[in-house]
Amino acid sequence: MDFINRFFKEDTASKNMAVERLRLVLVHDRASVSTGLMESLKEEMFQVISKYMEIDEKNMEVKLNAGERSTALIANIPVKKIKR
Amino acid sequence: MSGKVIVITSGKGGVGKTTTCANIGTGLAIRGKKTVLIDADIGLRNLDVVMGLENRIVFDLIDVVEKNCKLRQALIKDRRFDNLYLLPAAQTKEKDAVKPEQMVELCEELKLDFDYILIDCPAGIEHGFKNAVAGADDAIIVTTPDVSAVRDADRIIGLLQTYEITDPKLVINRVRPDMVRRGDMMDVNDVNDILAITLLGVVPDDQSIIVSTNRGEPAVSDPSSRAGQAYRNIVARIEGEKVPFMSLDFDLGFFERIKRFLKK
Repeated sequence: MDFINRFFKEDTASKNMAVERLRLVLVHDRASVSTGLMESLKEEMFQVISKYMEIDEKNMEVKLNAGERSTALIANIPVKKIKR
Repeated sequence: MSGKVIVITSGKGGVGKTTTCANIGTGLAIRGKKTVLIDADIGLRNLDVVMGLENRIVFDLIDVVEKNCKLRQALIKDRRFDNLYLLPAAQTKEKDAVKPEQMVELCEELKLDFDYILIDCPAGIEHGFKNAVAGADDAIIVTTPDVSAVRDADRIIGLLQTYEITDPKLVINRVRPDMVRRGDMMDVNDVNDILAITLLGVVPDDQSIIVSTNRGEPAVSDPSSRAGQAYRNIVARIEGEKVPFMSLDFDLGFFERIKRFLKK
């Protein structure tokens, strides 16, 4: 059984989830930014941008990316339509 | 003599700080280094029982800083290992009975007499932590391969920078090779990549630690203990030796061994 399980397990190995979740939470810890703050930032960005263009809130991504020395705010905001 | 003060800390509780402190300290003493262990966990002292010295306490850390006794009187000499001493924490006092300045003073005094001063830091980042790191020259961060312990370790690494301890060393404790192989536990590289500090040692999860703690005899003195071997390696690295990290493939099952053999 162990053998069969291994075939299906590779992708869902729980340690990969641990690593991913940790990396994300540490980016926020290190920058002292809470996930709550990121959520309200995202919400307000949405409101501001919506004044000018129609954007896809569902697929909108706003995250902090920590490099070796610096942290960047990365936003990926799909535009549906420009308002005129 | 000017000894080195090393604080053993983790942020999270229950990851094995006290056990690590007891084993590294005993290991250093076995190598002939004059070593003192300070239990800085005031109100929740435990290093004494882990060391098997609980029946010999007369004075404690608070008695020393309040000058109720001489430093020499409060130090418990371990009769099994020459060169090994313990300064126990007070069990009945409040955590804020000591101030960071007093710890610095105490460390300076001990440096004159000892090669190594190891401080067992309480869990948390409050008063007890500040006391424990105040006099330290260097730090050993103990973590286990789980998300909460690693997260707390990361926080501690950040806090230590404000105390000008910029090169803390990492001990990854309670690694279970069977779970690592299954992909259900972060391995040494995963943890090391995330925390990005100097790796001092990897200690496998080992039942002999529980047995040795029951007896009050640090596993580092037991030649047959795997965790004991890991601690001996850590001690050698602290002493500047280059020791390769031990293989964690020791508990492979029968089929696993055959599979590996066939792969070769």
